[in-house]
Amino acid sequence: MNKFIVLLLLVMLSLASLFIGAGDITAMDILLLEDSKVELLLISRIPRLASIIIAGMGMSIAGLIMQQISRNKFVSPTTAATVDSSRLGILVGMILIPGAGTLWKMSLSFVFAVGGTMVFMRLLDRIKIKNTVFIPLVGIMLGSIIESFTTFLAYRYDLVQNVNSWLQGDFSMIMKGRFELLYISIPLLIVAWKYADRFTVAGMGEDFALNLGLNYKTVVNIGVTIVALISATVIVTVGRIPFLGLIIPNLVTLYRGDNMKGNIWIVALSGSAFLLFADILGRLVIYPYEVSISLTVGVMGSMIFLYLLLRGDR
Amino acid sequence: MIEIRGIEKNYGKLRVLDDVSTTIEKGKITSFIGPNGAGKSTLLSVVSRLVNQDRGQVLIEGRSLTDWDSDELAKKVSILRQSNHMNVRLTIRELVSFGRFPHSKGRLTKEDKDFIDRAIEYMKLEDIQHKYLDQLSGGQRQRAYIAMVIAQDTDYILLDEPLNNLDMKHAVEIMRMLKKLVRDLDKTIAIVIHDINFASCYSDRVVAMKDGRLMEEGETDKIINSHSLGQIYDMDFQVTRMNNMNLCVYF
Repeated sequence: MNKFIVLLLLVMLSLASLFIGAGDITAMDILLLEDSKVELLLISRIPRLASIIIAGMGMSIAGLIMQQISRNKFVSPTTAATVDSSRLGILVGMILIPGAGTLWKMSLSFVFAVGGTMVFMRLLDRIKIKNTVFIPLVGIMLGSIIESFTTFLAYRYDLVQNVNSWLQGDFSMIMKGRFELLYISIPLLIVAWKYADRFTVAGMGEDFALNLGLNYKTVVNIGVTIVALISATVIVTVGRIPFLGLIIPNLVTLYRGDNMKGNIWIVALSGSAFLLFADILGRLVIYPYEVSISLTVGVMGSMIFLYLLLRGDR
Repeated sequence: MIEIRGIEKNYGKLRVLDDVSTTIEKGKITSFIGPNGAGKSTLLSVVSRLVNQDRGQVLIEGRSLTDWDSDELAKKVSILRQSNHMNVRLTIRELVSFGRFPHSKGRLTKEDKDFIDRAIEYMKLEDIQHKYLDQLSGGQRQRAYIAMVIAQDTDYILLDEPLNNLDMKHAVEIMRMLKKLVRDLDKTIAIVIHDINFASCYSDRVVAMKDGRLMEEGETDKIINSHSLGQIYDMDFQVTRMNNMNLCVYF
């Protein structure tokens, strides 16, 4: 698995993605600069492509970081209460200031995501059973408890429909002007890359980190912050994308080991490629209509996840 | 030199270290011996700031542990605990490279790479340096961890039961390496060790502990005798001299 092969794959998928959809666009149209077609490209297709690439990178890197700092292969933002807390945050934001902008919702979503993930990390410290499968189960349970709060609040304030729209990741509504918040993920990815060695050291345990003069708690906090920010932006703009943060880092580390510095870009690119593939699939299955991406990702992801689970710890 | 002064450590009501004072002398191998639960490992953890003591202080080259910057300390003292359960998938070379972290902060210079090469060569791991840790035997893995500590290039190396789960051949190999480290590179080594004969044959000094207290300390020859050992372990020892070595028979 070479970086460049994945990059090439991503480029090909990207091109395919630009020319698939209800409105026909051909390469000729672009060359002839046909107005309506170019507009369609600029307003809908390119934003969609960009948001998929960034969200795919973001969620898979978030998963990679979570797996390093929690030292567990099956922990990711979706199994560590991050995503559920982030949704609760959006809802609280909507209740506090109805009709407030996306940035406000995202900020609250971020604060809640940090809080929820921290609670999970604390639980992790306390749990004596370090079983690989047990820990993400605890995370999922914690997530479900938080989700029940969300559902309750949403029900009381008549916002159930809104809440459900973040339950399912969906790129069909992405248009120019609606996804730009996702760009926050890009500087975060660079920070993650800068900190990659520290995350790997933290992944070797607190004693190990301390022996190398590294402040374990600081590294974990930075990791949680990055993960929460990425998750919050993705949830607000796209919605929940299941499995991505779980399977992509796992598949890559399976072949390339856990040295994060060497893996981070290939994980990012693979995440984008996988998400893009799932999106294209969703747009082709019942063409010219489309299936929500969380369904296609869910089906493919759950199969790969099952494979990883059955394969066991090692 | 590391001076340990009046260290006390409690876990709840249990006192695991009770007023322990001793020194780890420079350029020597010091073995910490004693029955299970004597507090040897905890003491080593206190010395390497992994565990905070309740009372007393540790002086490293005259400076109190609390006055050391954690980053600087990582270039002075390294500790290796029993870490066989670490589930991070790295190659030997990657692991050893992380030993340079206190110096390089992740950006390996030419000098760092030389250190890594030398550490790998020193522990005879060249042929398998690109293998993953989980593909190795216990002895190879232990050697890889020690290579990492060598790359970290600290004056003081603390090892908590480095011979655990090793067969005789590998255990002897490791101890010879340590001896060589002290001789060639002027390192100071402190190890917690259970096999009394290894302590007798390879260490310069022995510190004997029991129930969280210091029992005896001194030159190896002074401690390895049937009277002292009998008191430390509550059993009969016979010490015989063979090929210039004191060997303990206690079976």
